[in-house]
Amino acid sequence: MTKPILVFGYGNLSRGDDAVGPLLLEYLEQRTDLEQIELQTDFQLQIEHALDLQDRELVIFVDASVAGDNAFSFNRLHPCHDNSYTSHAMSPAALLQVFETVTGQPPPPSFLLSIKAESFELGEDIKKNTSANLHQACRFTENLLALPIAKIFDHAAQRSSIR
Amino acid sequence: MYEHLETADPNLTKTANLKRVVVDPVSRVEGHGKVTLLLDENNKVQQARLHIVEFRGFEKFIQGRPYWELPVLVQRLCGICPVSHHLAAAKAIDQLVGVDPADLTPAADKLRRLLHFGQVLQSHALHFFHLSSPDLLFGFESDIAKRNVVAVLTDYPDIGLQGVKLRKYGQEVIRMVSGKRVHGTGAIAGGMNKALSKEERDYLLQDIAQIIDWAEASVALIKKVHTSNLPYYDEFATIRSNYLGLIKPNGALELYHGGIRAKNANGETLVDHFDYCHYTDLIHEEVRSWSYMKFPYLTAIGKADGWYRVGPLARVNNCDFIDTPLAEAARVEFKQHGGADSLSAAALPPSMTAGGEAMVHSTLAFHWARLIELLHCAESINVLLHDPDIMSNDLVAQGEKRYEGIGVIEAPRGTLFHHYQVDENDIVTKANLIVSTTSNNMGMNESVRQVAAEYLSGQELTEPLLNNLEVAIRAYDPCLSCATHAVGKMPLQLELVDAQGAMVDKLVRHGDGRIEH
Repeated sequence: MTKPILVFGYGNLSRGDDAVGPLLLEYLEQRTDLEQIELQTDFQLQIEHALDLQDRELVIFVDASVAGDNAFSFNRLHPCHDNSYTSHAMSPAALLQVFETVTGQPPPPSFLLSIKAESFELGEDIKKNTSANLHQACRFTENLLALPIAKIFDHAAQRSSIR
Repeated sequence: MYEHLETADPNLTKTANLKRVVVDPVSRVEGHGKVTLLLDENNKVQQARLHIVEFRGFEKFIQGRPYWELPVLVQRLCGICPVSHHLAAAKAIDQLVGVDPADLTPAADKLRRLLHFGQVLQSHALHFFHLSSPDLLFGFESDIAKRNVVAVLTDYPDIGLQGVKLRKYGQEVIRMVSGKRVHGTGAIAGGMNKALSKEERDYLLQDIAQIIDWAEASVALIKKVHTSNLPYYDEFATIRSNYLGLIKPNGALELYHGGIRAKNANGETLVDHFDYCHYTDLIHEEVRSWSYMKFPYLTAIGKADGWYRVGPLARVNNCDFIDTPLAEAARVEFKQHGGADSLSAAALPPSMTAGGEAMVHSTLAFHWARLIELLHCAESINVLLHDPDIMSNDLVAQGEKRYEGIGVIEAPRGTLFHHYQVDENDIVTKANLIVSTTSNNMGMNESVRQVAAEYLSGQELTEPLLNNLEVAIRAYDPCLSCATHAVGKMPLQLELVDAQGAMVDKLVRHGDGRIEH
């Protein structure tokens, strides 16, 4: 049975601040009731992940970001033909577009939690500032997911801005 | 062939009013690379280089770790082919516990092969359906909005969906064999840590017939694309090179374990069934001041002519046959596409094979060869899923400790070497890795120079025209870096700079696709 909520944290644990996505999942695994929530990780988003979005009521992507000034940002996502083909990786908005194209259905309500990060060197530890940003993002997500499922979307929508 | 364009004539650079064009980074490849062109005042290309601008530090990352951590740890070297690093490391640490490839139990050997076929299948599917088909189906100089996977999914919904499902199937093979889709621990020193259950085997069997059908259709599609404009596809970015890869003892295509075979551009065998544990006697790596990536070459031939290409084109060129029927039929057609008609092109005189040559040298034929391998992987997965050994729990062999281990496999992009030395406490004291893309460094540079000389020189440069350079590089499916990414971090920037370093013009393509002039 597919769980209604998917939290997809992506990044490389051995690449400095790129680890924030998987580390947020580790935090949630210890502190959150996972009966309704599936935690999924990978190095980066790929086309086949579109199939992991099927039958979800809510999806939250978690990634490192060098953009922005805040510790983290939380944005509503919409399918976007955004030409994100700069490497083997895809943007979450482009993934939603793939979902819509291959299934013929609108994607589930989806959000991107972007955690402010600085450095991505192989073998490097997470930076001090990024660690503090991650902590704030973890607390935010923990509180969000503690709400009854019917209220999570409303609360998430209030907190987010449209990308 | 195009070596004269590696470094511009020093006299010219002092006197002429040269302009520099930078393509940075190259898109739809993994990692950070850039191309620089040095143009004279008539836009004639005087120098063309593919630079690797990120130093990887793989060896430092591995040294100081206990060897048993490596099969998991090295997966983090690369988000694109973690299973390839996982298996190369496993083969190397097998030797550290005194287990040679022939000593592996049949179950462990076959489970590793199944895992590897799953990895190569999903990697090749991603490259064709996601990264290359936009160019191949819409044209190299088509509108930029057309050149991405969403456009392919929209205009070719069937193949778009097939690409997604082929990827998913390969990932499911990996998940079933290694227990997890990411960071799995399938291979361990001396064997594997779990067999496939009957339920897992039956789950994978459900879709394999469909997967083979789609793989076969993809070969038909690339053949149609390639032969639709044969002179162009056979000449674009094409260079004549040596080829290197593993081979089965009977000369068949091999992806997991075998000796090294190298052939020259005329199809003559340079080395055969060479024990890869002695690879340092066969290959040297040259350092050039303008790139972080080394330039390997066959020592016996020398720096100038000893460079070689690896990967699907090398493997399909080098093998005598493929031991699965559909892929073998596709290989014969591939070798014959210039006119030969024998079942074994390798046995034919050069004049009777592709383009009148013994080897297929077309750089764009990498795509065709890649899909032949994808079909071979699908067929091989089917064979292994019907083999009862994959459900056997006789999984681990044991031996006497050694202090040095070398593991080599054919990763999706080509031959991958892992070489470790450990101390008495089992800590890695020395590591050396030669990744596939490094072996293709000279080939990619030569292809870039060919395109620069034949298609760009003398032209007014535009983004669609510059995409030709990226098309040439993407044919190799290079993995220039490792799994790192961040939102908004990878724009494409073109700069036109004069010989004094002043910027003449600039074009930026942002990560979200916006173009800024």
